Amino acid sequence: MPPDVHDIELSVNGAAHRRRGVESRMLLSDFLRHELSLAGTHVGCEHGVCGACTVLLDGLPVRSCLMLAVQASGRELTTVEGLASGSELHPIQKAMHEHHGLQCGYCTPGILMTMAAFLKDNPVPSEEEVREALSGNLCRCTGYQNIVDAMLDAARAMRTTAP
Amino acid sequence: MTTRFFGAPVKRNEDRKLLTGQGLFIDDVQLPGMLHVAFLRSQVAHARLRGIDASAALKCPGVVAVYTAADFGAYWQPGPVLVPPPPIAGIVFNPRTQVPLVKDKVRHVGEPIAIVVAENRYLAEDALDEIVVDLEPLPAVVDLEQALQADAATVHDDLGGNVASHVHQAKGDYAGAAAKAALVVKRRFHYEHGISSPIETRGVVAQWNARSEQMTIWDTTQAPVFVRNGLASILGLGERQVRVIAPFVGGGFGPKIMMFYPEEVALPWIAMRLNRPVKWIEDRLEHFFATTHERGQIHDAEIALARDGRILGVKDVFLHDTGAYNPYGLTVPINSQCTLLGPYVIPAYDSTFTAVFTNLPIVTPYRGAGRQHGVFVIERLLDLAAHELGIDPAEIRRRNLIPPVAFPYKNEIIYQDFKPLEYDSGNYEPVLDKALTAIGYHDFIRYEQPKLRAEGRRVGIAVACYVEGTGIGPYEGAKIQVQTNGKVSVATGIGTQGQGHFTSFAQIVADALGVDVTEVDIVTGDTDQFYWGAGTFASRGAVVAGNAVSEAAHAVRKKALKLASDVFECAEDDLVVADGKISITGIPEKFIRLGELAQRANPMRGAVTPGTEPGLESTQYFGPASGSTANGVHATIVEVDPLTFDLKILRYVVVHDCGTVINPLILEGQIHGGVAQGIGNAFYEKLCFDGQGQLMNASLADYLLPTALEVPRMELDHTVTPSPLNSLGIKGAGEAGAIPVGPLIAQAIEDALELKRQKIELLEIPLSPSRLFELIRKAAT
Repeated sequence: MPPDVHDIELSVNGAAHRRRGVESRMLLSDFLRHELSLAGTHVGCEHGVCGACTVLLDGLPVRSCLMLAVQASGRELTTVEGLASGSELHPIQKAMHEHHGLQCGYCTPGILMTMAAFLKDNPVPSEEEVREALSGNLCRCTGYQNIVDAMLDAARAMRTTAP
Repeated sequence: MTTRFFGAPVKRNEDRKLLTGQGLFIDDVQLPGMLHVAFLRSQVAHARLRGIDASAALKCPGVVAVYTAADFGAYWQPGPVLVPPPPIAGIVFNPRTQVPLVKDKVRHVGEPIAIVVAENRYLAEDALDEIVVDLEPLPAVVDLEQALQADAATVHDDLGGNVASHVHQAKGDYAGAAAKAALVVKRRFHYEHGISSPIETRGVVAQWNARSEQMTIWDTTQAPVFVRNGLASILGLGERQVRVIAPFVGGGFGPKIMMFYPEEVALPWIAMRLNRPVKWIEDRLEHFFATTHERGQIHDAEIALARDGRILGVKDVFLHDTGAYNPYGLTVPINSQCTLLGPYVIPAYDSTFTAVFTNLPIVTPYRGAGRQHGVFVIERLLDLAAHELGIDPAEIRRRNLIPPVAFPYKNEIIYQDFKPLEYDSGNYEPVLDKALTAIGYHDFIRYEQPKLRAEGRRVGIAVACYVEGTGIGPYEGAKIQVQTNGKVSVATGIGTQGQGHFTSFAQIVADALGVDVTEVDIVTGDTDQFYWGAGTFASRGAVVAGNAVSEAAHAVRKKALKLASDVFECAEDDLVVADGKISITGIPEKFIRLGELAQRANPMRGAVTPGTEPGLESTQYFGPASGSTANGVHATIVEVDPLTFDLKILRYVVVHDCGTVINPLILEGQIHGGVAQGIGNAFYEKLCFDGQGQLMNASLADYLLPTALEVPRMELDHTVTPSPLNSLGIKGAGEAGAIPVGPLIAQAIEDALELKRQKIELLEIPLSPSRLFELIRKAAT
């Protein structure tokens, strides 16, 4: 049986991409990493638990390992590569650096995307709310404390710089 | 020499790449013409392999090759014994190491049976379904005690039993100690460790260049030099023909060390055979079986004490689950045996273990590497003894701490580095005091706990002590070169999995050469950049490689000063090394930049003087005489829900002494991460095998890694007792956070639920809400 294929058009980090003949079964995570060479999105479990592959789909965080590439056709995606503005890091990237919020860095892209969306919706979060929002992303290195501190700090920075 | 960076909380050089998605991890390696590999793995734990028919798989779309053990021919060899047995009299060691593909018998679920190579991973996995395997199931060896029964099935038939090793070590006279003891406490303890589960699984990419006859292997290894040497030998190549690159590695924690996993051995062979690059990335399900675990031990242990709580002796007999193979030798149970002695004066110790083969995945070191098991036994024995003797748990520990005058402290028995166990330095009591003060130990017991209990809240407090053997040899090296642009390049042979080497090593170099920390580029994990070394394990990176880096940096400084003194025709003592240049003291405008000196050290004309070398570079090595011993105390206050037995950690204090600190920010990160893994081990993570050796919870939805909701805020403090074994005075810290969490949580829960009143003792790890419910219900009936 010949594979079921689709033409896919989507926008990633503001750039339009078009790919022909993409198999239905191709995961969005594989499509981003291997078809578009946006390898900053990491894959940790492929069953939606670890959160490393989180990207923004029309501004909302989704697990790219639980989506097919074809489902993202016609949508706007943001990945970790699109977070900074040129050489200027996003406030949550800066805060992660300031607070030593990453060690091996493998879970980091997913955490950044999850928390970027969270802080946009919740500009004044409590520590408990940050922990709750972060609890869908697994990190095996940091024990989370410095990530939590980074996010509280980033929230403050984003409030003061917001237009 | 000023120390602007050493000891300062310098933010990490490597962060920017990792924060912007530009770090190169194994699955980011893309090569033209690359093929993808999938492994067919056994779904049963123990079976005889009667036949394989791969013909249908070969016809699948996109499939390039299918291999079984028969195709490997003479290349099929069991893996090397990675650590030989230590020189202990009367030792029994039966090495049986993993094989590249199952040839005659399956020994654990997940053992690879066949390989498919295809145009992409999807097609490779499709073809796995078409391979027909004829297996004759055998009874699985799962239970440690049953494994030693005469009628048990055997994992390795030629052994005639399941004993992997047997070791007895002793010091002093335990029988005599027990005879004069006021109290002997004897219990059986079960301690299970789990799976390291880094968020990045393992992976291998291999590329053979037939023209240059060079093999390049990207590998998620913690020990690239060992892997290069081993694979060169296995492949029949010279070591200079093989380059191993450990790129950014997404967490290691032990199991990524240098296993010569079947996939590490198979991929280079396939690349040569097909003359095309090949990639294999482990998926999470595979990780639960194909990557090594640490697991269980059963201890029958007793402690003999004087009336005042002083330890007279400890006796311990334990079983250790080594899984289907034991390539890592005796390291894990030896660590358990040695680390049980802890920070205490234990005049008599009699310890025997038997490591047992089972039809379960292989056991090798995972963060703590058996130390947890030993610490659990001694800490719980002290708690039980304290209760019997009516002594406070913190006080009984204090009475037994090794006094500062006793260092170096000889514990006599042989450690994993083959040397008699000796603690190099320590000052233990202030660490305990700081921890008790920080947690408010006495006030909590006297005032807060009664008040909270009166409100119906089940709160408990606990304190646990430990030592951590760190920084073992053999050696590491570093090559430092000042480039003509003034940037400093440092190469070392160890790998990096998040420990911050790009920063901590840069700090050492920056101070020695008077440059900014961001001007120092560190290369780790590329055998073409640095040829010699051992690897990142046993909390040794900062200690061993860090000191090599320091020595090389000082050698380069010496060279630079000599050159500059020639340029300025002045004495070296009159020179200042700072801000990337060397100037004359008091005449800052008279300077020469380091980059220019590097250029002068490589002249176009004239002779390099005999006895000197060109370039502003040096390669130095450091090998410690023995490991350095760090120590610490953890204290906690917990609350347990009396209905659901859910655990809430209200306070968590760590006071730690790892000698001189290079970077407190990175050190704290190491402790935080260790504690989080310790909490997982103590209360959330359990590998649940059934009687057939099937892992029943092989997903991250069922095997519960702690999240930001379970790991509490941690309060850290340090004391500094430098190690005399290296010039920087440092000790390792990688495993400290993880080691004492099990007994600490058990002690705290016992206290919170006042279990002693119900005669319930928590003698096992991991605990969980359901396990607490079972234990309490069992006691009630």
